[in-house]
Amino acid sequence: MTPIVVILIYLGLLLALGVVSSRFFRGTSNDFFVASRSIGPFLLLMSVFGTTMTGFALVGSSAKTYESGIGVYGLMASYSGLLHSACFFLIGIKLWAFGKKYGYVTQCQYFRARFQSNTIGYVLFPVLVVLIIPYLLVGLIAAGSAIKGLTSGVVKPDGTLLRPGMFAEYGLFESTNPVLNGAVPPWLTGIVIAGIVLVYVFLGGVRSTTWANTFQTIVFMVTGIIAFTLIAKALGGPAAASQAVVERAPESLAREGKISKLQFFSYAFIPLSVGMFPHLFQHWLTARSAKSFRLVVIAHPIFIMLVWVPCVLIGVWALGVAKMDGTPPNAVLGKMVAVLVHQPVVTGVLFAGILAAIMSSLDSQFMCLSTMFTNDVVVHAKGEDHFTDKQLLWIGRIFVIGIVAMTYAISLMKLPINVFDLGVWCFSGFGALFPIAFAAVYWKRATKAGAIAAVVATAALWLGLISYDLFVFKTDHPEEEFLLMGMMPAAALFATCLVTLVLVSLATQTPDAKTIAKFFPKSTANR
Amino acid sequence: MKSKWVWIIFVLLFILHQDFWLWDDRTLVFGVMPIGLAYHAGFSIAAALLWVSAVKWAWPSDIEAWADEDATGSEA
Repeated sequence: MTPIVVILIYLGLLLALGVVSSRFFRGTSNDFFVASRSIGPFLLLMSVFGTTMTGFALVGSSAKTYESGIGVYGLMASYSGLLHSACFFLIGIKLWAFGKKYGYVTQCQYFRARFQSNTIGYVLFPVLVVLIIPYLLVGLIAAGSAIKGLTSGVVKPDGTLLRPGMFAEYGLFESTNPVLNGAVPPWLTGIVIAGIVLVYVFLGGVRSTTWANTFQTIVFMVTGIIAFTLIAKALGGPAAASQAVVERAPESLAREGKISKLQFFSYAFIPLSVGMFPHLFQHWLTARSAKSFRLVVIAHPIFIMLVWVPCVLIGVWALGVAKMDGTPPNAVLGKMVAVLVHQPVVTGVLFAGILAAIMSSLDSQFMCLSTMFTNDVVVHAKGEDHFTDKQLLWIGRIFVIGIVAMTYAISLMKLPINVFDLGVWCFSGFGALFPIAFAAVYWKRATKAGAIAAVVATAALWLGLISYDLFVFKTDHPEEEFLLMGMMPAAALFATCLVTLVLVSLATQTPDAKTIAKFFPKSTANR
Repeated sequence: MKSKWVWIIFVLLFILHQDFWLWDDRTLVFGVMPIGLAYHAGFSIAAALLWVSAVKWAWPSDIEAWADEDATGSEA
């Protein structure tokens, strides 16, 4: 019971923080959607980092390392340290400036104005929504799976039950499956997680989300370091832990045979997704000033290192522990704590950290979808003057309720595809659209026809490739990724978007002088 | 001129990220960290230092004033 009590304390603190932070809410739609553009450097850093890092940062990093060796850090973390900050520096600051000067709160508003086209909004909006919904589902389903795993019964190697589920003795959560009898069902975890996020997003909008993200980011960063320290101590110190891997699984200490060089290179196209994430775009717009970005740009690579290095080492050290043999990769982090630390409080803290990493992305995604539906659909259709500010605020809140309820309902369905596989494809899709964001900001010659053609061509290829991967591609090795010419599909998607954008833009009429003057001012702001 | 160096170093770092010479090296740095991981942890620190120099030498200095000048939601 202790781990569940620790998790409930974390959720209680989060809810209290959400309610307290909503007291600072200024009651306007501008505050609900972009926190009145008043967020300083520290809160911006924590909200951007917390939103970028999902549950994958803790659970997925150790799981992927357990499968593919230490190359995972270079593949995902150090690439992200370089390229995420590049996106913040090169695109985030510019879009913040456009947002502040012209009052934008969504990507579609900016792209409509930059390309002088309503069509780009109609084309881009459904693509962004389709890409972000599976990303939301991954969070809710992962939270449900984590708590179900924590509270499930344990079976001995001979198949007999060692102990039943955590709540079996209280007659709760009965199941005919002895392992799941007394385990917290995913529907309950989902409703608690979604409900808590709904409360603080509904009350305080992006301001409460930013405060909650800051708390959640601190929780999951500290959690990873605590787990690492205690596991290292239990294994006789870091040197002894690594030596055990040399003896039992030396191949995991290098990349040869685990990750190909082309695959490693092509992973560069995935972190570019942060240049097109709608939920990150919204956090960028909350900045008080351009200077608020300085800390974000500099600290982001270090924060990634602080979270990922401990988890990657835990993942590789698991290969040196005999008791871990045959563990499903996604259970590695939890099992390492359970097998080596034997402290229910620490187990509770670890799972609170996992939930924090998941929820720090969920809240921003719920918030950004509400903002998009309010501003890109309702306001765009009816006109800005059709609503009072109070009405806009309540339309945003009603969309928050609708989106949370819809996501929760979908998470309960038996989907015909693996939603986690879908998550990787979502990153690839956002990354593929990066050339449009970059060209809109830096290339005067980029035209509306070029942007529309690029979105359509990329979306069509994405649909074709994802259909092939999910329904046709077969492999005997579950960890084997679907590659195109040895590279991640993100590379082909990115190239398609870039080539289409450039060729069609060059073949069509240049944007008018007024648009160029508006978005490419003759000053050093345009360097 | 200094801002150009920032972006030259950015490209160099991207190239150095492809550390193919360490592909099958299993050396443990200080007996603890596999060299492929140690190299990329060091790379993360180098990336942070690059962004320190970018903030110092490639910062769009008057973007703040430009954004504030005649700032408006009425255009959105």
